Amino acid sequence: MSAGVVQTPGEVVANRRVGAYHHLTVTAPGLAELAHPGQFAAFAVGGETSATLLRRCFSIHRVRPTGTYGGTLDVVVAAHGPGTQWLTGLRTHDAVDVVGPLGRPFPLPADPVPCVLVGGGYGSAPLFWLAEALRERGCPVEIVLGAASEDRLFGVVEARRSADRVHVTTDDGSAGTRGRVTAVLGEVLERTGAAVAYACGPMAMLRAVTEVASAHGAVAQVAVEESMACGVGVCMTCVMPVTGNDGVTRMVRSCVEGPVFRGDRVRWDAFADGICRVPDDAVGAPRAGGH
Amino acid sequence: MVDMSTTLAGTVLPNPVMTASGCAANGKELNRFFPVTDLGAFVTKTVMLDPRSGRPTPRMAETSSGMLNSIGLQGPGIDAFVEHDLAWLAERGARVLVSVAGNTAEEFGEVVQRLVASPAFSCVVGVEANISCPNVANRGLVFACDPVSSEQVVRIVRTRVPEGVPVVAKLTPDVTDIVAVAEAAVRAGADGLTMINTLLGIVIDTDLLRPQLAGVTGGLSGPAVRPVAVRAVWQVVAAMREGRLPTAPVIGVGGVRTGRDALELVAAGAAAVQVGTATFNDPSAPRRVLAELEAEVARHGVDRFADLVGIAHDRMVRP
Repeated sequence: MSAGVVQTPGEVVANRRVGAYHHLTVTAPGLAELAHPGQFAAFAVGGETSATLLRRCFSIHRVRPTGTYGGTLDVVVAAHGPGTQWLTGLRTHDAVDVVGPLGRPFPLPADPVPCVLVGGGYGSAPLFWLAEALRERGCPVEIVLGAASEDRLFGVVEARRSADRVHVTTDDGSAGTRGRVTAVLGEVLERTGAAVAYACGPMAMLRAVTEVASAHGAVAQVAVEESMACGVGVCMTCVMPVTGNDGVTRMVRSCVEGPVFRGDRVRWDAFADGICRVPDDAVGAPRAGGH
Repeated sequence: MVDMSTTLAGTVLPNPVMTASGCAANGKELNRFFPVTDLGAFVTKTVMLDPRSGRPTPRMAETSSGMLNSIGLQGPGIDAFVEHDLAWLAERGARVLVSVAGNTAEEFGEVVQRLVASPAFSCVVGVEANISCPNVANRGLVFACDPVSSEQVVRIVRTRVPEGVPVVAKLTPDVTDIVAVAEAAVRAGADGLTMINTLLGIVIDTDLLRPQLAGVTGGLSGPAVRPVAVRAVWQVVAAMREGRLPTAPVIGVGGVRTGRDALELVAAGAAAVQVGTATFNDPSAPRRVLAELEAEVARHGVDRFADLVGIAHDRMVRP
């Protein structure tokens, strides 16, 4: 059954170290043809008898529908814990079960308006593919890449190939402008007259990008990174408060209604101290005593 | 050809494999991976009277061979559920076991009343009373921790569900004597029992040195809890076989990942099996477990799945 998503026993074609990250290419027949920038793929880790049950979800970096290996899928992985370490330790020809493409892609503008793409760390993974899609439509594209340090930047060379201009920021000043992406974003938005700011990276960065974009009259489209158990919409763990077209806030699944949301629709006020609370005005919010 | 059909209190299902409540949403998501109509029954996410946001996040913590969840019964409320979700399942021709809950026994009754009144009720092959969700702010609302509360809820649900449609009570293993709670449920009119719900647990984030879940406690599920599920099914079925409580079919749930796992619950006495957390690992798991269970039944050389239900009680060697 397709319905826009496939589950496939992928085979590792390549696993390369790139700075602080790993760039993984796996065969994924049928997936590449369906995917759009902003969508993600969910990887099972540890094999069929693994004690690590939950899927690891990654924004799709690139797809190739045809080639030597048939359709392939590229993702960028940072080894944070046992699951991602298993993935980064995979070798050529190893098997890995992949489900995708999942979620809603970045919406593309109907007109050839200027766009700015912002990536934090390896959150930049889907942006180059997005940049190419935007330029095919005639949109001028500039990319801002930010990270804590130079080794945690991803895709600077690729960015130069896929955008009209690239700006780099690092917290420690080891590459580009010292500071956060917001140190340069305002100027870039102002100069380009961008209509849309696309962003992918940590939540705090997405919130900051949304604020800067709003101040410059641009719409922010942000791809969120919420922790997910399944990635396919059944576990209800990746919910976050988002305001709909009707002005009503609901706890929505970022895997099926996202991962891309309009930045100004996300209830950033609910996020603090590593917890996302349910806003009091959200549909079905707890009354006294909690849920 | 193996006969995989099973009978739950007079309702015949073509096979004994179901989704587990809260692990499969309400059908549309998994139907992208396999036809939900292939399953013996589709078990819906627990529905309550009003829309409910659920708990803050993080709601999930991975554990060895399992996970904690702290969803807090997020859902659209019974009216939206019957209009959208149940109607969709009915259109597909799915057999549906609807999981219901309430903050009070009376609210359980209200939910069931609206369910029964809905035009899509024809697809309902049973009602599962979730009296054991651990993710509620007031532990006093885990009705299945107490035989008297269990009895009150089951009695109300049973009176509001039409005769011929089974009512099953879902129990928690987090009690001193699960047989006593099972007995209370069956004597109150439950036609069957689902065992087990998740076990209450806590994970500490060792970087932040605080509970990892925003809701502090969560329900433990996954292969890690399977022996607890097998034990619960075993104890209750043993008591039924000894005549200590009326006989009623048992639906086994807890840590099923493969057909062999399902067979453990079946041999312990489960007439049907639900696949839960494994679905997060493999969205095709319920359908795959059905195929694997069928192969297991064939491997044991019997023609009928039903012949294996409870067989471990007969084969037990008494020292």
